[in-house]
Amino acid sequence: MAGRVFVTGIGIICAIGKNTGETLASLKACRHGIGKITVLDTVHRDELPAGEIKLTNTELAALAGVTDIDMNPRTALLGMIAAAEALQNAGIDPKDNRFRTGVISASTVGGMDKTEINYRHYEKGKPYNNFVLTHDCSYSTEQIAARLGFRDMVSTVSTACSSSANSIMFGARLIHHGLLDRVLAGGSDSLSKFTLNGFNALMILDKHHCRPFDKSRTGLNLGEGAAFLVLESEEALGSRTPLCELTGYANANDAYHQTASSPDGYGPFLSMSDALQTASKNIPGFNLRDISYINAHGTGTDNNDLTEGIAIGRIFGDAIPPVSSTKPFTGHTLGAAAAVEAVISILSIRHNTIFPNLNFNEKIEELKFEPVREMITGVTLKHVLSNSFGFGGNDSTLIFSAC
Amino acid sequence: MEAYIRGTGNISPQATFDKALFLEEVRTYDTARLQVVEPDYKQFIQPIQLRRMSRLLKMGVTAAGICLRDAGIEKPDAIITGTGLGMMEETEKFLNNLIDNQERLLNPTAFIQSTHNTVGAHIAVMLGCNHYNLTYVHGPVSFENALLDSLMRIAEDPAKNVLLGGIEEITMTHFVITGSMGFWKKSLTNTLDLLKDKDPGTAAGEGAAFFLLTATPDEHCYAKVKGLAIRFNPDYGTVAPGFVQEFLAQHGLSPQEIDLAILGLNGDPDSDAVYGPLLESFGGKVPAAYYKHLCGEHYLASSFALWLGAKIMKHGKVPDVIRLAQSNAGGQVRHILIHNHYKNLHHSLILLSSC
Repeated sequence: MAGRVFVTGIGIICAIGKNTGETLASLKACRHGIGKITVLDTVHRDELPAGEIKLTNTELAALAGVTDIDMNPRTALLGMIAAAEALQNAGIDPKDNRFRTGVISASTVGGMDKTEINYRHYEKGKPYNNFVLTHDCSYSTEQIAARLGFRDMVSTVSTACSSSANSIMFGARLIHHGLLDRVLAGGSDSLSKFTLNGFNALMILDKHHCRPFDKSRTGLNLGEGAAFLVLESEEALGSRTPLCELTGYANANDAYHQTASSPDGYGPFLSMSDALQTASKNIPGFNLRDISYINAHGTGTDNNDLTEGIAIGRIFGDAIPPVSSTKPFTGHTLGAAAAVEAVISILSIRHNTIFPNLNFNEKIEELKFEPVREMITGVTLKHVLSNSFGFGGNDSTLIFSAC
Repeated sequence: MEAYIRGTGNISPQATFDKALFLEEVRTYDTARLQVVEPDYKQFIQPIQLRRMSRLLKMGVTAAGICLRDAGIEKPDAIITGTGLGMMEETEKFLNNLIDNQERLLNPTAFIQSTHNTVGAHIAVMLGCNHYNLTYVHGPVSFENALLDSLMRIAEDPAKNVLLGGIEEITMTHFVITGSMGFWKKSLTNTLDLLKDKDPGTAAGEGAAFFLLTATPDEHCYAKVKGLAIRFNPDYGTVAPGFVQEFLAQHGLSPQEIDLAILGLNGDPDSDAVYGPLLESFGGKVPAAYYKHLCGEHYLASSFALWLGAKIMKHGKVPDVIRLAQSNAGGQVRHILIHNHYKNLHHSLILLSSC
């Protein structure tokens, strides 16, 4: 087991852009995507703002280049769009079969948007039951893989809001073990009534625009989206120039509670410290002081931001690097969040820019730091650490390094 | 990549949770739906917790507990699970509430327990296990994905063990909907006749099977997982014979050296047609066994097959109820090949060797 893993392509669709260019433009203009829900059919549309992609499934299908919207859940459509962009960005011809290529996705809802519309119809004797085939998360992954023509490995992981950090990590390890040469790794999750109502019942949705790391924060805004990275081995990379390198990753468990994190953020502490440890194995002379920026999980809930902040303080002491949560731009895209934020972290490295933590006003008393308030440009970012934590205490951290 | 199975825990439609037993008594079902035989959960979970747990959560946590006890390990170094549909009962409960109450005044409990990683996370909380924790949800190869990750973990650090599990439940709603699409046999009256019934469809099942894997054997050892291969077959071509031969060659084995092939026959004529060319390629010389008449067809059925293979190695016998009519397995079992496939779209192979 050896070898480096490079990122050669990125693709994204989220509330602030249907591709990387649009997303970057929105980030640079501090244009967020949180607003009134208009596409999802929910009774909460006027009271719960979200980072919704303002395109219908028919419009998404056109972008994805497919015609069948009955058998393509929104999660699959979003995934196809982001994965195809990542592939194109990497300059890979899907017909080039010299390298073993896998598609590893992550999702929490899969085809739930179809299920929640159709599922009770069976009781009324309606014959349309095909939706059941699209329900489980693997279906959307296979639609994405089929659209792109890759078949050497398809897999899907689901660890709630850290899901796509784990698909990226799994992809990298498959390359390390020599089982694959290239992996499209990421995640996709559409908004659904199921998740919107679930988070609403948990009373962790902010009725206004979310305020991560702010003393007055009251919850998160949900979002939707998909993002994929093309990961390649050194051999597959050849003489091409990568966007960056994936140098650190770790997965740990808080083992405290199904939905709340431990008071001292032990799981987040472990995932960050383990990721830093892998980075120090991969990068000669690496020191945690070399982390130039932390893209935080920073959901805006009382519990997450406090415990993540405590864990960051415990690791970095009095030299905490700039920290921001970009969730006020995109909303919390759940299973796609880690991949969405991986793309934003890579854009930060490539464009020498730290995007701000919108809506921050007053520091959390227990924390040693304030997040980044204003955009920082012209800064060299060597190593960016990105956190993703989920229900079930599933905590994961990725580290991307400039090449 | 290899690993040794040091402990198992299996809750299935058979009374498999008692480690002393090995299919001496077989449960049969008179419909195409096999539900698990539940152990006395109170022996594993505190009553106050038990009341709040969904059925699949109880199954998963208990199977994991049985496995850890069997292996004599308190806290594993990783918890890796696979589930195809995830927590269906809780998902349906929350969906029903959401629809019935027009999205108002919902209780979050079912939502909290509906996420796919619920079982793996709950085991972590119960054991205070802060280590690696992951859930694979890739339909019929969810278990194989979890096994692959487990083997990778052990290769990365041979000092660390892994708790691997496959969990799946079939709810009545899912059974009825998929039944209306022809998934299940309509007139099956005895699950032992699963392969004789020539109607389309199979029988639905469920289960929770856990394994404790380590890099080195000890006196508890069941078997060695010597190899794993997964094949995605979106063209639905005939892949099984070539896939098997290539796999055996990679592991330096000829078909004649396989003492038992455990096959995923499920009674659906289209599905079982995959095995014609496969058995032919063995020249009819390999003793074969089947198991889906015992556990039913479900996304995690291969976890039952791995348990079966491990128990055969440990107990040194092949139960009559799993033998295919034409097979006459006898003598020592040193190598077991497990092949599973789902609608010819996903194939998997697991090679087991004696410790």
